[in-house]
Amino acid sequence: MIEVSGLSKSFKVAKRKPGLLQAMKSLFYRQFTTVHALKDISFNVNQGEIVGYIGPNGAGKSTTIKIMSGILIPDDGKCNILGYTPWKDRKHYVKNIGVVFGQRSQLWWDVPVIDSFHLLKDIYKITETDFKDNLELLTETLDLSEILNTPVRQLSLGQRMRCEIGASLLHSPKILFLDEPTIGLDAVSKIAVRHFIKTINQEKKVTVILTTHDMSDIEALAKRIILIGKGQILLDGTLSELKSKFGTEKVITADYSRIKEPIDIPHTKILSYSDERLQLAVDTKQIKVSDVITALSQNLELYDLTVDSRPIEEIIIDLYKEYQI
Amino acid sequence: MSAYISLFKMRLMQGLQYQVAAFAGVLTQFFWGFMYIMIYQAFYQSTTNVQPISLHQLIVVVWLQQSFLALIMLWFRDNEIISLILKGDIAYELCRPADLYGFWYSRLIAQRLSSALLRFVPILLVASLLPYPYRFSLPDNVITFLLFLITLFLGLIIVVAISMLIYISMFYTLSGVGSLLIFGVLGEFLSGLIIPVPLMPHSLKIIVYLLPFRYCSDLPFRIYAGNIGYHEAILSIFAQIFWIILLFLIGKLWIKKALKRVVIQGG
Repeated sequence: MIEVSGLSKSFKVAKRKPGLLQAMKSLFYRQFTTVHALKDISFNVNQGEIVGYIGPNGAGKSTTIKIMSGILIPDDGKCNILGYTPWKDRKHYVKNIGVVFGQRSQLWWDVPVIDSFHLLKDIYKITETDFKDNLELLTETLDLSEILNTPVRQLSLGQRMRCEIGASLLHSPKILFLDEPTIGLDAVSKIAVRHFIKTINQEKKVTVILTTHDMSDIEALAKRIILIGKGQILLDGTLSELKSKFGTEKVITADYSRIKEPIDIPHTKILSYSDERLQLAVDTKQIKVSDVITALSQNLELYDLTVDSRPIEEIIIDLYKEYQI
Repeated sequence: MSAYISLFKMRLMQGLQYQVAAFAGVLTQFFWGFMYIMIYQAFYQSTTNVQPISLHQLIVVVWLQQSFLALIMLWFRDNEIISLILKGDIAYELCRPADLYGFWYSRLIAQRLSSALLRFVPILLVASLLPYPYRFSLPDNVITFLLFLITLFLGLIIVVAISMLIYISMFYTLSGVGSLLIFGVLGEFLSGLIIPVPLMPHSLKIIVYLLPFRYCSDLPFRIYAGNIGYHEAILSIFAQIFWIILLFLIGKLWIKKALKRVVIQGG
């Protein structure tokens, strides 16, 4: 459905050293450096997938989304989405996709949301019945009924974002690109947005590609993640693969009655220790969690014990470190 | 096509909301109108030569200029389009299955119309109640009036086509000020909005007639005032059509080129 191969894009960025003299100098001679935003990006996405596209700031996520939605023209590489090359057949192609840029707005500021929706209906030539059906579904799942008649400038960020997402789906696109859809949203709105993305993916078989910095978005939505850094794909796989590869470490926290000396269990690392509480990092490749627990219970009078996986955030930070991005 | 029409309607609706701004505009326009009229009056009183346009015709032209300001001024701008370009929200506009030129064109024409609709009636109404020679009067006959309407409408199409070029240039300059100021000042002068075209020296007149600017305001208003005859009026309509085609072509080609190099930065 989506085939991307060898995509490259570089930008020219003007550079100058600080200071007045340098500013004067740059009037006559400007120095540019080339930033390689994307270097040979390739991946495929099948219909009905939800793909989380992650990476640190400036990794090239948004650039990829912009190329895939036909806004930017890459320097090199091929991209075949639904049989179109986005930047070549832009007008025909964009009918089939919906895009949400979390940091930008597509709604008309001064008029009620529903007016913007009606405008989109005419722009996308949506038939009356399709429009009604879609609007009904969107109103229901995104809980828009109370805000449709409010001018956009009076909406909160969360309300506006729900409307933005609704606006991108009025024309029943086959693919939805979400560029940071949950940025700046509170917990309730985030969950509403996630729930909605899941619903349309399951019910309407919409393929979703989303970029985010919020790993709980990824955990809630994406089975597959593509990690990008410095313009290159570093990892493309399922979330569980990632976890089993990098998330083998577990943390065991034990509370017990006072002891005098810390106990030592092989293949574990003590993260913190007091005479009533102990935190151990366990590498499950070397020792089973159950073995550690057995060892603990034999040596200590346990009150409480918890086993935690490492939070996905930390795994990602480690990944960034490992790839030096 | 329906997309452009509903965009037009939407912008019109939005523009008609700003009634207080329109009221303030009407007052300003009266001030300017009187100021111009007094200057011309002083000028006509101090000369004994016969001028190529009579004072009363000139006063009618001044009132028309003031009431249809929104239709003829190049500095009249749509800040939303400017911020779309400068801030990058144009990303959304590019995700639409529509032609950006047509999109913005209908938006701009609607904005000008809504603004003019709110202003021209009160100005012309009050101006036609003023004592002679300040009075605004009706044209001599129906044909003159029809020619005025046609040329004013074609002139509006030209103005918007020129201002499209201003917006496209912002893709390159990334500033909303430069080209707007240059086009605004030059356009105003070359349209005869500062010195009326009939009062310009001959050599300057030749230049002004070769450029599109005067076809937006000078032509329709002088037709109305009776300063331009039928024959010249009809020939000028052809000139207007020529400019419309040329400006559309330039604009369409240029926007295509500009969009190829557009970079939407950040986020």
